[in-house]
Amino acid sequence: MTASETHRAINAVWRIESARLIAGLTRIVRDVGLAEELAQDALVAALEQWPESGTPDNPGAWLMATAKHRAIDVLRRGRRLEHKHEELGHEIELRRELSAPDLDAAIDDDMGDDLLRLVFISCHPVLSTEARVALTLRLLGGLTTEEIARAFLVPEPTIAQRIVRAKRTLAKERVPFEVPRGAELDARLSSVLEVLYLVFNEGYSATAGDDWVRPGLCEDALRLGRILAELVPKEPEVHGLVALMEIQASRLRARVGPSGEPILLLAQSRARWDQLLIRRGLAALERAEALGGAPGPYALQAALAACHARARTPEETDWARIAALYEVLAQVMPSPIVELNRAVALSMAFGPAVGLELVDALTSEPSLKGYHFLPSVRGDLLGKLGRFEEARAEFERAAALTRNAREREMLLERAAECARLSLRPSH
Amino acid sequence: MKFMILIKADKNSEAGVIPDERLLTEMGKFNEELVKAGVMLAGEGLHPSSKGARVRFSGSKRTVMDGPFTEVKELIAGFWMWEVKSREEAIEWVKRIPNPMGMESEVEIRQVFTADDFGPALTPELRAQEDRLRAETTQRLNNRS
Repeated sequence: MTASETHRAINAVWRIESARLIAGLTRIVRDVGLAEELAQDALVAALEQWPESGTPDNPGAWLMATAKHRAIDVLRRGRRLEHKHEELGHEIELRRELSAPDLDAAIDDDMGDDLLRLVFISCHPVLSTEARVALTLRLLGGLTTEEIARAFLVPEPTIAQRIVRAKRTLAKERVPFEVPRGAELDARLSSVLEVLYLVFNEGYSATAGDDWVRPGLCEDALRLGRILAELVPKEPEVHGLVALMEIQASRLRARVGPSGEPILLLAQSRARWDQLLIRRGLAALERAEALGGAPGPYALQAALAACHARARTPEETDWARIAALYEVLAQVMPSPIVELNRAVALSMAFGPAVGLELVDALTSEPSLKGYHFLPSVRGDLLGKLGRFEEARAEFERAAALTRNAREREMLLERAAECARLSLRPSH
Repeated sequence: MKFMILIKADKNSEAGVIPDERLLTEMGKFNEELVKAGVMLAGEGLHPSSKGARVRFSGSKRTVMDGPFTEVKELIAGFWMWEVKSREEAIEWVKRIPNPMGMESEVEIRQVFTADDFGPALTPELRAQEDRLRAETTQRLNNRS
């Protein structure tokens, strides 16, 4: 193996092991920042030693053992003198673990729990949403600061600072490294799900930039979702979110045209939908439903996505069921955006006039003021009713509101088409 | 990116020998690890080639040949579909496949093509044709089920 091959192999090991490594170390040193440093030190040791000694049989265990030895050194140096007693306790625990006859087994036992604790601390409510996203991708997704910055089109120092601040906040607030229980669990879990879905959505329909989709982010979010589903298998909403992401991701390659332009759901070639992901999504939805209880917002949205996934042609879509699901969703998660989508479903099931009535009622909704989807839907319905001049104005308004270049192009095209149609002699 | 991991056949798999308990247990553990890591998309084991067939194409001619097939090393005994960040990550996972009996065997790692990999060579017309074919296949499969 050449040196660069070894490097790449070590990066791959990092990708696989870093989250568990950082999680296990955080339990011992009680500080995510320090844990990550120790994990990275171990990685550096690997970079120095593996090219000569060869990759160990169990790279994860090697990294963990190396990092733990470093942890003992650091703790002994009394990095934080004020917690002397606590630290002594940690050192005893560390010694016990290092002398355990079967190191692998000792690591395996707690690993799931530690990983889950790391998930919860990365998405802790003391952090801003942006910080949660950055920390989650960094600590759990194993992404570098540079990769995160590139994915979100933000300068690298901004992300680096966001991560440093987040770690500092966690330390300052003495956020415990634990899995929340009881009533708190629901709220904390929904914060985790929110972060994952945010990452997914940023990849699925980028809010800014020249590309309509960034599939890499979708894959990262999906992977984290799949991991979480195994960590908390009894939480229906986790399976609901995974189902939603699997089904949406199944359309990724269908929603971009040959020159990068967005293709909307009903115009997509269903042959390009990834049947494997659809099957996985439907299976995850079944898991969510099998756990019982009233469906939560993610399971409902997954059920909606499943309606489309099950229809072989756009004409086969069960719009009445979709409208009904949106009605339930509006009760669980009241939002003008849900209402807007319900209007679309109603218009498909019962005609554009029915949908337009609901959309018109939403135009005075303050929270939808800057939302491009509203004029875009309204334009679509007006166009279907033959009111092309009004439709054109709506598409133009939508184009002015969106921050995505590709989407803007598409909306302006529709506006131009409406302009052409309005010039035609009326029939 | 998606990778297909191909497990090559050996004398035992071709003879239809069910793997012993130890191998099954370790494979089960490994599969669980793949699922927990969010890497596993799908995976199946295949019956021996004696239960399979081949269709040879020559111009418009189609010749059906029943299994078994002799060149054991070229045969596939099972596959996984994984989603990972890089080819190196796929390799790293493959290195972790258990081999408790210390058998000689080979596992092949292949990246799954997406239409985008063809770049400009795949014109919109070709793409449309490919889509049509896929649609027909799905239709047929759905009609059957």
